[in-house]
Amino acid sequence: MSEGSNPAILEVDNLARHFPVRGFLNRQVGSLRALDNVSFAVEPGEILGIVGESGCGKSTLGKTLMGIHEPSEGEVRMMGERIASPGQKRAARIRARLQYVYQDPGASLDPRWTLRRSLHEPLIIHTDWPREKREEKVREIVKAVGLPVEHLDLYPHEISGGQQRRVGLARILVLGPELVIFDEPTSGLDVSVQATVLRLFRDLKSEFDLTYLFISHDLAVVQSICDRVIVMYLGRIVEIGRTAEVFASPRHPYTQALLSAAPRIGGPRVTENFSLQGEPPDPSNVPSGCRFRTRCPHALPDCAEVDPKLEYEDSHGVACLHWRELKA
Amino acid sequence: MNSLLDIQALSLGFRTEKGIAKVLDRIDLSVRPGEIVGLVGESGCGKSTLARAILGTLPEGQTEINSGHIRLDGVDMLRGNKEAEHLRGRVVTFVPQDPFASFNPLFRIGTQIQDLMRFKAPRDGSGRFGRSRKADEASAIAMLDAVQLPQPKAILNKYPHQLSGGQRQRVMIAMALLPQPRMIIADEPTTALDVTVQAQILGLLRRLAVERGVSVLFTTHDLGAAWEICDRIVVMYAGQTAEIAPREQFFADPRHPYTRMLLESLPSPGRDPVGIPGGVPSPLKAPDGCRFHPRCPRATEICHESRPALMTGADGHAIACHHPWLAKAEAAHV
Repeated sequence: MSEGSNPAILEVDNLARHFPVRGFLNRQVGSLRALDNVSFAVEPGEILGIVGESGCGKSTLGKTLMGIHEPSEGEVRMMGERIASPGQKRAARIRARLQYVYQDPGASLDPRWTLRRSLHEPLIIHTDWPREKREEKVREIVKAVGLPVEHLDLYPHEISGGQQRRVGLARILVLGPELVIFDEPTSGLDVSVQATVLRLFRDLKSEFDLTYLFISHDLAVVQSICDRVIVMYLGRIVEIGRTAEVFASPRHPYTQALLSAAPRIGGPRVTENFSLQGEPPDPSNVPSGCRFRTRCPHALPDCAEVDPKLEYEDSHGVACLHWRELKA
Repeated sequence: MNSLLDIQALSLGFRTEKGIAKVLDRIDLSVRPGEIVGLVGESGCGKSTLARAILGTLPEGQTEINSGHIRLDGVDMLRGNKEAEHLRGRVVTFVPQDPFASFNPLFRIGTQIQDLMRFKAPRDGSGRFGRSRKADEASAIAMLDAVQLPQPKAILNKYPHQLSGGQRQRVMIAMALLPQPRMIIADEPTTALDVTVQAQILGLLRRLAVERGVSVLFTTHDLGAAWEICDRIVVMYAGQTAEIAPREQFFADPRHPYTRMLLESLPSPGRDPVGIPGGVPSPLKAPDGCRFHPRCPRATEICHESRPALMTGADGHAIACHHPWLAKAEAAHV
């Protein structure tokens, strides 16, 4: 990562996560390299998008950062402090500063608890505040996510799905996290709902000074909300850069294919000249050299031998041996 | 007009414990031969119910048909008689949203395709036992080839769980095409797929439809996918038809307030998506008049009282609204 002027809130260094593949008698017969050699840094206050097809390791990345998975190699630093490395146990203090939002945050509410109890719970665990102080904080957050305070005495089934989502977000925000990881927060939503949800995310970000890591497969959403974007393919970062730049002039052939696949209303039909064939290979048996070469329209013999490193130019990184020639 | 599918003033509801859910309210729709029609709407707008009504696979005991008819190739599909039974799976076939749920996990793909051919596919060489197995297999392989599946012979010997999502959807399309139908109903066929696979599947569906002259009724909530594949787009809201327009006109000049807000909700760079306040009304207590009026910024008294009729203009652009956006110039001011 290029050395920026402001310190990174989160630094990821050579992170890898491998899952064992077990065969007969539970013997390990191979390993699924869900995440391999991933390095990047998150700057404070930005929205960093992570895109890629299913199985590219973007959720594994989110969960490894969060501490749900333990890294197999490499380390994660938050404000310079190491928070994840092989064999390290995470302190509760760090867990409060880093929060993870699942696809439907409302589903994390206990149906037998009032919303008040659900919202107090994280504060009881992480702080020793008296009841009044907790209540004050809960009320403040509930107002911020746009819910009436009277709702605190209701149970999850008494409010609508959209309101449950807001309560789920409030539950994450009461601890005052610095970095929030969203995992596919808009998939399965109708566009009209999606627009309101995105606006809520943006409002909360400016109100609470948050930094977002936004994992999504929806390119249009990422383009509209993210400052920078990481494109992943089979456990590797293939491209990283400013969103506007990556979308306007993608350098990696995979990014180019991914962007050309998204239908553009008003544009020509992409299906008529879409070139990429097939689907990503099995991550337990990745191709040698560049992992994209089996589907790459520009693959050359040396792509099978050399594993391309992430190369930066103008803080726009790409992992392709031949991107300069392709650009020309 | 010689349309293949003709739906007129179709209203139907489901009996539930809490009363009758009026899911479709006077739907008008026609599909011409060889045309790809997109049925667009948010979840709960009744598009899947409409698709199932056309196939005649609504739950019998709970469905209450109030008015209207569905004619496919001149045959009434609503009153489940023998003729409708004969069309289903032959003249009209179905591509589901989740292909995994539609395969039997215990049988090989080849077996399932053969079963389909035995019952639904037309037989050319009719001996005493119909076509031989070999000929069946040959045509199955030819069809898998047509949907661009590599090594079709190997696919026939695989179980459904051994295929990827994109491959399963291709097999589904192949199976839908085998009986040589005149119409395919594709219910959100690409929702579960990645964009690169979606582009492949949409391209395939469109090419096959054009080559074989098959009509496609394509339900989706993804306006981008609708733009990609359709000739004509039908927008539904809460069981009512809101707008019907040819593809270019639909996206360039939407006239129904709902359509307009839907298009403005799409995320795009340099503009905040707007969203539509409120939620889709429950079909159990649907609002009177135009069902969009509680969320509509242009609603007036008349919208509460009477339901706007679907009016077709000279350009084939039909709108059901009392206060449509008329010209593009007006939009620039507001």
